[in-house]
Amino acid sequence: MYPQVAVSMVRIFEALGHRVGCASGPACCGQPAFNAGYWDESRKIAVRVVESLRDAEAVVIGSGSCAAMMKVHYPELCAGTEVEAEARALAARCHEFSSFLVNHLGVTDLGANFPYKVTFHDGCHGLRELNDKRPPRELLARVRGLELIEMDAAEACCGFGGTFSATFPAISTAMAEEKCASALETRADYVVSCDSSCLMQIQGLADRQKRSIRTMHLAELLARS
Amino acid sequence: MTAPAARFDTDARGVAPDLRHRSIIQTAMAKYEVVRDRSQSWFQDWEGARDLAARTKLEAVGRLDTYLEQLVRNLEARGTRVHWAGDAQQAREIIVGILREKNARVVVKSKSMTSEEIRLNDAIEAAGCEVVESDLGEFIVQLRGEAPYHLVFPAMHLTRSEIRQTFEAKLRDAPSDDPEELTMVARRVLRRTYLQADVGITGANFAVADTGMISITENEGNARLTAALPRTMITLIGIEKVLPRLEDLALFLPMLAVMGTGQPLTCYNTMYGGPRQPGEADGPEEYHVVLLDNRRSALLADAELRETLGCIRCGACLNVCPVFRNVGGHTYGTVYGGPIGAVITPHLRGFKDWVHLSYASSLCGACTATCPVKINLHRHLLENRRAASHRDARWSYKIGFTIYAAVANSPALWKVATRLLRIGMSVRRLVNGSVLDPMRAWTRTRDLPPIAKQSFREWWRAQGR
Repeated sequence: MYPQVAVSMVRIFEALGHRVGCASGPACCGQPAFNAGYWDESRKIAVRVVESLRDAEAVVIGSGSCAAMMKVHYPELCAGTEVEAEARALAARCHEFSSFLVNHLGVTDLGANFPYKVTFHDGCHGLRELNDKRPPRELLARVRGLELIEMDAAEACCGFGGTFSATFPAISTAMAEEKCASALETRADYVVSCDSSCLMQIQGLADRQKRSIRTMHLAELLARS
Repeated sequence: MTAPAARFDTDARGVAPDLRHRSIIQTAMAKYEVVRDRSQSWFQDWEGARDLAARTKLEAVGRLDTYLEQLVRNLEARGTRVHWAGDAQQAREIIVGILREKNARVVVKSKSMTSEEIRLNDAIEAAGCEVVESDLGEFIVQLRGEAPYHLVFPAMHLTRSEIRQTFEAKLRDAPSDDPEELTMVARRVLRRTYLQADVGITGANFAVADTGMISITENEGNARLTAALPRTMITLIGIEKVLPRLEDLALFLPMLAVMGTGQPLTCYNTMYGGPRQPGEADGPEEYHVVLLDNRRSALLADAELRETLGCIRCGACLNVCPVFRNVGGHTYGTVYGGPIGAVITPHLRGFKDWVHLSYASSLCGACTATCPVKINLHRHLLENRRAASHRDARWSYKIGFTIYAAVANSPALWKVATRLLRIGMSVRRLVNGSVLDPMRAWTRTRDLPPIAKQSFREWWRAQGR
């Protein structure tokens, strides 16, 4: 739904001199089924994803949530299958986008220019499964013209939660309302995150309630020159 | 959908959009967060304290049989009568039996979620006794005929003016909205009750095995009066509340206070070891301790779930939970709400009826991050869902995810599905958010982005890569 995120990532990594490939396996990591408890169904996808990424030196994922799925949950999900060892090896090669840039490549300045006030939303899985809220902020700090204003509820869940957003829409919406209220308090021009699904939730609510919130994935922002 | 699930759904839809409710909870929680953080910073090493607390609790429940026997031996040595209750009904029968034996007419009770768990007040009233809650918050919700809203703050959902109205209606005594004046009203009623009461019933926060003592922590002094004034005292306690050593309280009392209310230490921390001993000036003539299992041993038997018995009922996971904060305590429909309730209730009260609570979460993990005894709460929510998929699979999910896996695994099907979705979504836009919209669960309150004209892979191929 957000091809521009992956396109931006390709451009960023190619500009840094890396060779980027696109895996031909499933275009989904299987998390919706996993989080609903339907691990057998999720495993079918996970196994294919693991096989399709066999040759990649590093796998960069433009979503903290999907990254946590592959880094943290694939090894247990694939335990007992023939790709068990491969899943463990893959987990070590998987990186969330911002963490890959900062922690793996040691790059914080991509020469991006974005003269706006920005507030950053920590996706829950990047924050609490991968335990690193530093990389995106280090990247934002080097963007020309950008002013980062932290919102009070930066670490609060946006209420998306995959199927949760549709099975408990009233709760999910209330959570998004709180998130948007906190973001609006900062008077930032953009809400930026490493997770498109969170941004879909935030933008979806803001648009419906005619609140002046614009959202953007970190990769897209960093690709702006 | 089972009846509790349907009720949860209806209540959640009612409460979540209620801005007045939301603002009451937000205000209360904002204050809590400030004091909690301040008190927490007084620990030299909070993370180290959590590790130690988790280890100590695991040690305690890991050797529960030994520690319980030690506790009971020490309690009995001082003349305490200890009763073992396998389930809620047995516990009610034991307690009602003591009330009958003592010809009790009035019972005063301090705060105890375990007594809510076994619906003790109903049993006491059915036996013809009057029972009065002495914790101020519990006193208020009892007057209103409500269940406690929160493990620690039973009346946090009420404003001062609602409490005044309740006092006016039920006690005919409500001078103003002023908290101090309202407290004095409750105090007048309760002082009378303490003197009338034949039996005092308390809950407990911890039971110390090596000294045989029941530790009760409170802010109002009501539990001390409940314990000290009536001739007979009964403590109801879950078997998981045992701590091995007295010195463990040096960690757990401040930890419970910090996470429960944000205080560095709760105002009154009292230990009860038995009835009035020879030569002592006060205390009950008889002391009964009722140890309750009520399916806790089922949690103990499960290697993964065992750690949930470490819960000290501080309520911190409720306080940080965005679901709890938006649906409130009553929506859960069960005594233990919030994340810990969503984890243990299916195991305590039946999977089929209560597993919906485990689904009512975005799995954000804020609960796990805050839990002082490091219970991996959101992981248990996920495990409950997993167990449900085997035990009571929802066919809509089963079929849905089977199709989803097949489509995700086949590039051809994925391509077809993407095309169909594009067409479907453009047609759907015509009925956006209406009852005809198949995605109404989302679109009733939120917009959906348009589906991109070109997927990433289409772009990739178009680039000739």
